[in-house]
Amino acid sequence: MSEDRSKIFARADEVLNLFKRGAEFTKELIQENERLRRSLVDIEMRQTFAAQDPDQWDKLREELLQRIKSLEAERQSSLERLRTLEEENRQFATRHVEIEEENNILANLYVASFQLHSTLDLSEVVKVVMEIVINLVGAETLAIYLMDEKTNSLQAVASEGMNLSSFPPVALRSGVIGGAVALGQTVCAEGSGDHSVNSPLVCIPLRVQDRPIGAIAIYKLLQQKESFAPLDHELFTLLGGHAATAIFSARLYSQSERKRNTIQGVIDLLTNKPGQR
Amino acid sequence: MSNPPRILIVEDSPTMRQLLVFALKRLKNVDIVEAQDGMDGLRKVSSDHFDLALIDINMPVMDGLKLISLIRSEENLKEMPIVVITTEGAKEDRERALALGAQEYLTKPVQANRVLAVARSLLKLE
Repeated sequence: MSEDRSKIFARADEVLNLFKRGAEFTKELIQENERLRRSLVDIEMRQTFAAQDPDQWDKLREELLQRIKSLEAERQSSLERLRTLEEENRQFATRHVEIEEENNILANLYVASFQLHSTLDLSEVVKVVMEIVINLVGAETLAIYLMDEKTNSLQAVASEGMNLSSFPPVALRSGVIGGAVALGQTVCAEGSGDHSVNSPLVCIPLRVQDRPIGAIAIYKLLQQKESFAPLDHELFTLLGGHAATAIFSARLYSQSERKRNTIQGVIDLLTNKPGQR
Repeated sequence: MSNPPRILIVEDSPTMRQLLVFALKRLKNVDIVEAQDGMDGLRKVSSDHFDLALIDINMPVMDGLKLISLIRSEENLKEMPIVVITTEGAKEDRERALALGAQEYLTKPVQANRVLAVARSLLKLE
C-alpha cells in the first residue's frame, strides 16, 4: 500500500515538474516576444522619425548604402576566393593527370628494363624484346634483326605479323634499316600507311657504344593504336640501349659457355676423366 | 567478398604480368595471383576464390575466350568479375568477349591508371 502511495507521489512530482518546465518555457517565450515587439517598435519609431526628419532619413539611407557596399565587397571577395580555389583545384587535377602519366611511363620503363636483363639466354632476350614491342608499344607487325659480323649484314631472327622469311637480310648502311643501324639514329615515320619490309614505320638501331648489334623494325601498329605517345619514344630509347646490351651480354655468355665447355672437355681428356666437368 | 580482395592475372607474357602486378599493387591490401596460360588460370580459379580476374585472349594451351566460357559455366563463378586485356582491338572480338561474360574489355597497350580504375570499380573499392 505504502509502495503504491510513494509511486503516486513520484508520478505527481513528475507531472508537477513537467508543468514547471512548461511554465518556464512559456515565460521565456513571452519575454522573447516582448523583446521582439520592443525592437519592432524601435525600428518603426526610427523610420517614422527619419521620415519626418530629412537629415535622419539621409543618415539611415547612408547607413543602409554603406551596409550594401560592405556586403557587395564581401561577396566580391568570396567570389574571388572561390575563383582562386577553383583555379588551384584545376591545377591540382592537371598535375595529378601529369603525375599519373609519368607514373605510367616509369612503370613501363622499369618493367621493360627488368625483363630485358632477367635472362642471359639469347632466345629469351629476343622474346622479351618482342613482348615489349607488342604489349607496351602496341605493334602488330615487326621484326628483330641481329648483326651478322661475318657477312656484315642484318639478319631477321624473329618476327610477328608476317613470316620470318618475308624479311630479307639487310646490308649495313643500306636502306632505312641499314642506315639507321650504321648511324645509330632511330627512324620514326609519324602516321600510318603502307610500310614495306625495306621501309618500316619505326626502326630502332641496337648498338653497344659504337658497335652495331641489330635493329627492331616496326611495320604496323595495332588497329586501336592511332599514334605514338611520349611513352613510346621513351621505350624506343630504352630498347635502343638496354635491348642491345642484353643481346650483347647473352651472346657473350653463350660464347663463354661454349669455350668453357670446350676447355673443360680438353682438361677432362688430358686428365682421363671422360664425361666429367 | 573476402578480405583482402584476391585478383587473378591470366597472361602468358611475363612482361605484361609484371606490369599489371605493378599497377594493381597500388590498390592497398590486395592479394594478386598469376597464371601463365588459360589452363593454369582454370586450375587456379577452380581451386581458390577470386574477386576479380584479368584475362588475356591470345595464350598458349587454352585461350582467354575458352577460359571465360568455362568460368561462366561454373555455377559458383558466374558472378566473378572478368576484365579482358588484349591486343585484339576489333569490335567483333570485344562483343564476343562481353557476350561470353566479361565485364570490361581493355586493349593493349594499356594505361596503368585505366586498369586501376576498372579494378577499383569492379571490386567496389573507394
